[in-house]
Amino acid sequence: MVSPVSKRAPTAVKVLVAGGFGVGKTTFVGSVSEIEPLTTEAALTSASLGVDDTSAVHGKTTTTVAMDFGRLTLSNNIILYLFGTPGQDRFWFMWDELVRGAIGAVVLVDTRRMADSFPAIDFFENRRVPFLVAVNRFDANTYEYPLPMVRNAADLAPHRPLMYCDARRPDSAQTTLVHLVRHALELALSGDLPDEP
Amino acid sequence: MAGDWSGSTGLGDSWDESEPLVRPYAVTRGRTAPAVPLELVALVATTDSGMAAIRRRGRLAPEEHDIAILCMRIHSIAEISARLKLPLMVVRVLIDDMARDGMVSVHRPENPDRPSPELLRRVLHGLTRL
Ligand SMILES: Nc1nc2c(ncn2[C@@H]2O[C@H](COP(=O)(O)OP(=O)(O)OP(=O)(O)O)[C@@H](O)[C@H]2O)c(=O)[nH]1
Ligand SMILES: [Mg+2]
Repeated sequence: MVSPVSKRAPTAVKVLVAGGFGVGKTTFVGSVSEIEPLTTEAALTSASLGVDDTSAVHGKTTTTVAMDFGRLTLSNNIILYLFGTPGQDRFWFMWDELVRGAIGAVVLVDTRRMADSFPAIDFFENRRVPFLVAVNRFDANTYEYPLPMVRNAADLAPHRPLMYCDARRPDSAQTTLVHLVRHALELALSGDLPDEP
Repeated sequence: MAGDWSGSTGLGDSWDESEPLVRPYAVTRGRTAPAVPLELVALVATTDSGMAAIRRRGRLAPEEHDIAILCMRIHSIAEISARLKLPLMVVRVLIDDMARDGMVSVHRPENPDRPSPELLRRVLHGLTRL
């Protein structure tokens, strides 16, 4: 039995992982989480699921309708929670709670269906939540879209971090998180954020 | 991982009681309730009283018993909801009651709206050392 080094209460922080349907949110959360991603119970009936266009996403067998989340314990007594936001627009009512107190958001983009992630980008821009955009490497032709093209298509501000990531790889997801936290810190220090989101 | 709270188990897991546990409660109609609902990432740990209650049958409702057992290791509100398959609303009410009865201690985020630069620096430091 390991006894805790410090009796200080740990501090919890959270990061959101957003983007269109099937863009790799759960994969991203799972690759950095120390626990199997958990899903909270959302009161959804199967009738409310409706039809979603998943034809572009090969091999996708599950639909996440609730938010799922993972946990990463940092060595300095901080527990980082990663919440994959609900992919479908009609669950935005849950985002208020997710956004409150968050460090910021990683918005994942699939270049085959870039516009699916625009609502998430709009949402975080309007709320002035720190976020970055990460193009998920689904396959080699992801690179047919140079980042400046993505920036242009998504109408991202010049200062907004934009990068490639591979949601399946822990090191890549971790690097993405480092960039996000650095961006959030820069914004906080520049006084560019409102007191409340 | 050194100092990994999630990996430690047992009685020693509730934190230093001199730390602020639950932010000020607003008293409404003779009943105390948190002014703002407990955050998804508010952390819960079973206290020594909670441990004693686990051993004495009938002291805790079944759901409270499950929460007390689970939170022998620190868990967030969201984790309690997911692990015990209880709606978030129900978990919040139960934790609120249990905290008032001294069965669990609750540690809420230091700044509920936006992490401070100081905290962001600590997160960055922790992330780059993984
Ligand atoms: N080839 C490839 N497949 C990926 C990648 N990331 C995710 N996938 C696959 O794409 C599918 C969808 O990924 P998820 O992580 O479930 O996506 P999601 O955003 O959580 O989906 P919803 O929650 O339903 O919106 C899964 O079958 C993944 O295995 C990637 O980088 N490359
Ligand atoms: Mg998902």
